[in-house]
Amino acid sequence: MTANVATTCTDPVILDQWHPLLPLDEITTDQPNTAVLLGEQLSYRLDANGDPVVWLTADADATPLPILVEYLYVWTCLGSPPDRLFAIPEFSEPDRRNVHAGTIGVHVSAPRAVENFLDMGHFPFVHTDVLGAEPHTEVVEYDVHIDPDTNDVWATECVFYQPRAATTSTEGQMSDYLYRVPHPFCVILYKTTPLDKDRMDVIALFCRPTAQDRIEAHMFLSLLDPDNTDAAIRKFQQTIFGQDKPILENQHPKLLPLDSRAETPIRADKVAIAYRRWLSDLGVTYGVIPVSPTSASVTS
Amino acid sequence: MIKLYDYELSANCYKQRLMMSLLDVPYESVPIDFFPGLEHKTDEFKKINPLGHIPVINDDGYVLWDAHAILVYLAAKYDPSGHWYPIRDPALLGETASWLLFAEGTTNTASAARLYVNLSYDFDIEACRAGAHRLFRMLDEHLWFREREGLNWVCSASHPTIADIAIFPDVVLSEEGGVSRLDYPALRRWTDRVKALPGFSIMPGIFPMGTS
Repeated sequence: MTANVATTCTDPVILDQWHPLLPLDEITTDQPNTAVLLGEQLSYRLDANGDPVVWLTADADATPLPILVEYLYVWTCLGSPPDRLFAIPEFSEPDRRNVHAGTIGVHVSAPRAVENFLDMGHFPFVHTDVLGAEPHTEVVEYDVHIDPDTNDVWATECVFYQPRAATTSTEGQMSDYLYRVPHPFCVILYKTTPLDKDRMDVIALFCRPTAQDRIEAHMFLSLLDPDNTDAAIRKFQQTIFGQDKPILENQHPKLLPLDSRAETPIRADKVAIAYRRWLSDLGVTYGVIPVSPTSASVTS
Repeated sequence: MIKLYDYELSANCYKQRLMMSLLDVPYESVPIDFFPGLEHKTDEFKKINPLGHIPVINDDGYVLWDAHAILVYLAAKYDPSGHWYPIRDPALLGETASWLLFAEGTTNTASAARLYVNLSYDFDIEACRAGAHRLFRMLDEHLWFREREGLNWVCSASHPTIADIAIFPDVVLSEEGGVSRLDYPALRRWTDRVKALPGFSIMPGIFPMGTS
């Protein structure tokens, strides 16, 4: 059933990333709790000043790991982290609703979860009458590029008909989407908000891989929505994610194959192809099936 | 109209939504921020249900909690055929009550495993899964013998009862908790029969019949 995969990670590029541990407001006591990151068990608690502290449970000295508090979450790192996390400037806009919609455990590899998040093709079939509807199934050609300064993967000019794009929707709309992958296991989408045609809602998936084929998925939203309760916003997002979950958990193989010939892409998968190549270029082997040297030589 | 204090991803809340959909009873869903907000544990919510859990219904001022108790009430009140909760047939009624208690077992094992995996609940996961398999094996065998008698449902009647509705969500969502149904063919045939009932409704994680 489950692939027999090593649980700990040896990729420098992954070990040196900030990873989302959990929402800051869920660390509420000075009594240690535990969570798993990349196969390592971490402990966390509040220190005497009320600040979060994180360490490797197996470390008898409890040497604190680096932490960062950003976008409602505590982030930590098992290696040498960069000074800063990727930027989400919308987070600081005064009229934004920044909402943590929930953390859900999923039996899927982090890259598979990111890739599903990038896919518009499944909207009418999995999120029927909400994010899509038949016969509006076509994914119109869109653009993909890598930002030369930040090395983020972007998909732009995405357009999709959505019967109920957001909690604030009163009717169907053509939604404009932008997708951005600023981190191997984090993905952000920007979409048309029904309330302001010049600005976009921000919806992000921050994955914490616990094993190569398991994640804790944090759902983060930065919305223009003055009216709905947190409960309503969370319900909408959790419903969508709940619909994706069985699809994610039934993908085989569990790990994402990076060889371009391993699965048959269609035009709509342009950004997924770019994401796979980008992971390959970064040297990611955790949660993926890397391109093997022998199969690579066939194409060269 | 009936108010249902509801959480979309809850199997126990889905039992009520499914029952009302099958009975064609209109209701208003009041979303409770069960997770991550733990709204059902707030003092405000405990004024509605002092036990601090959902689902709860409010039917024109009559407040009732506990998933399986609500099924009893809904069927007794809104099913004129008397099939879903067979009040006039003591033998069948007793059987239905017995399988409702069985459903407490599937809730505390299969659905508990789902809460462990999805929402990081602190349960003994191996005990939950082992318990779920023990009950699934028993139910699979039971349903297999039912089929040999030409019967399709959990209780010995030609029609489903609330016992089917009480057990179905715990079974059909079990894969999310890591409890495979691969070894229970009669159980899988029964879930398909429930899905084919007129008025059947889905929730995230459950697919309708005949989608390909």
